[in-house]
Amino acid sequence: MSPDDPMLPVAYRVEKVTKETRDTFTLVTRRVDRAPRHAFEPGQFSMLYVCAVGELPISISGDTADKQNLTYTVRSVGQVTNQLVSLGVGDTLGVRGPFGVPWPVEEARGKDVVVVAGGIGLAPLRPVLYHILRRREEYGRLVLLYGARSPQDQLFRKELTQWSQAPESRVLTTVDYGGVNWHGHVGVVTTMFRYVRLRPERTIAMVCGPEIMMRFVARELETRGVERSQIRVSMERNMKCGCGFCGHCQYGPDFICKDGPVFSYDRIQSRMEAYEI
Amino acid sequence: MESLERIIAEQPFVEGLESYYLQLLVGCARNVVFEAGHTVFREGEEAHEFYLLRHGKVAIEIHAPQRPPIVVETLADGDVLGWSWLIPPHHWRFTARAVTQVRAIALDGKCLRTKCEANHDLGYELLKRFADIMSRRVDAARYQVIDVYGGGVNQ
Ligand SMILES: Cc1cc2nc3c(=O)[nH]c(=O)nc-3n(C[C@H](O)[C@H](O)[C@H](O)COP(=O)(O)OP(=O)(O)OC[C@H]3O[C@@H](n4cnc5c(N)ncnc54)[C@H](O)[C@@H]3O)c2cc1C
Ligand code: FES
Repeated sequence: MSPDDPMLPVAYRVEKVTKETRDTFTLVTRRVDRAPRHAFEPGQFSMLYVCAVGELPISISGDTADKQNLTYTVRSVGQVTNQLVSLGVGDTLGVRGPFGVPWPVEEARGKDVVVVAGGIGLAPLRPVLYHILRRREEYGRLVLLYGARSPQDQLFRKELTQWSQAPESRVLTTVDYGGVNWHGHVGVVTTMFRYVRLRPERTIAMVCGPEIMMRFVARELETRGVERSQIRVSMERNMKCGCGFCGHCQYGPDFICKDGPVFSYDRIQSRMEAYEI
Repeated sequence: MESLERIIAEQPFVEGLESYYLQLLVGCARNVVFEAGHTVFREGEEAHEFYLLRHGKVAIEIHAPQRPPIVVETLADGDVLGWSWLIPPHHWRFTARAVTQVRAIALDGKCLRTKCEANHDLGYELLKRFADIMSRRVDAARYQVIDVYGGGVNQ
């Protein structure tokens, strides 16, 4: 079988581990056989296989310009993710993919880009920020709104500060629970829209976080005049094959792994507002 | 120096308000500055005023014995601070503390209530604006209690 068989994991070695928060770690990985890493676009995910534990979908959180490594940011919530975040430098894991529909970075060229992330949702959007900031003059205004549970739960804190200093860029972060020593915003991420003036007719929005948060954010964007077709959200469902064979991730007429995970909000709005899909 | 009327006219809260009503507001307004750490108002005190925040950040806090205050929300440039002046018994429900230096317009609640009683059109205009703010804050508070970032797959 060729190494490009989507069902066949390729061995990657962990090169670096960074603790982002109490339960979230970033793993930088490199192909063991020294062949070029899998090509990917911002928003795509890999199926990561941890020996004897299992396999799961994780978005690539690194830079497409990093030609050597694939980087993942993983929040430990269960069996497989616990094992993933316990890997150390030198450990190996299996990688399949990348899979899925990416964020619309090409379509966004020339437009204002509003990126809204909640919690771990900033990880799949980080490649978009790298992409735009490297080609700053090709895009309009960049707004990043990021909500986390507490200041300690914020990912990529150093980079958030760097991004806020980029030209024509606005980064607003907020937490649900701040404490008296926290000098930033307190309130859910939707409240941050008060502080930015959108130009809805030339805005494209990319939203990632728990489904419930994405629904609230999409509503807020609509209230502010952004068309549904210009709002993209990234969906999560449990997966097995990751590439459209098994039907495990079926979501109405779509498979999340193949037709998503990034969807236009006008395509899935009614499904997101329905129960039990 | 910028006139008070010009400054108020720039606040999002009065967007689209007829200039006659704006004049009525200006008659009850004054400029204020709070240094960082200053308590703007305290839970239980009489609510005389509300504030249109021009610059700076204010934390809305709940105080409980034997624990540090809980910040439930922050407000910043362009936001409206306080509606207890409008609703009997006109006592603050929370404490507000300046997180940074704050420049604001203070509007005298008694003065405005008197004007609203005499001019129901003004009262209705203000109520509509406060109802919008209140409903947004209630929504935000609901999202906050459900721990909106905690969910993941299938949630
Ligand atoms: C396309 C796609 C991209 C993804 N990208 C990332 C990523 O970049 N980083 C990342 O950390 N995760 C990501 N996920 C989610 C990740 O795949 C799941 O967290 C993982 O499958 C959980 O597996 P587990 O065996 O560790 O937990 P399980 O043992 O399956 O679950 C343990 C418990 O945690 C709950 N749970 C499962 N997933 C989550 C979750 N995401 N958040 C909160 N609770 C959860 C379950 O309901 C269960 O109660 C992505 C998912 C998809 C579909
Ligand atoms: S995971 Fe198999 S079809 Fe999507």
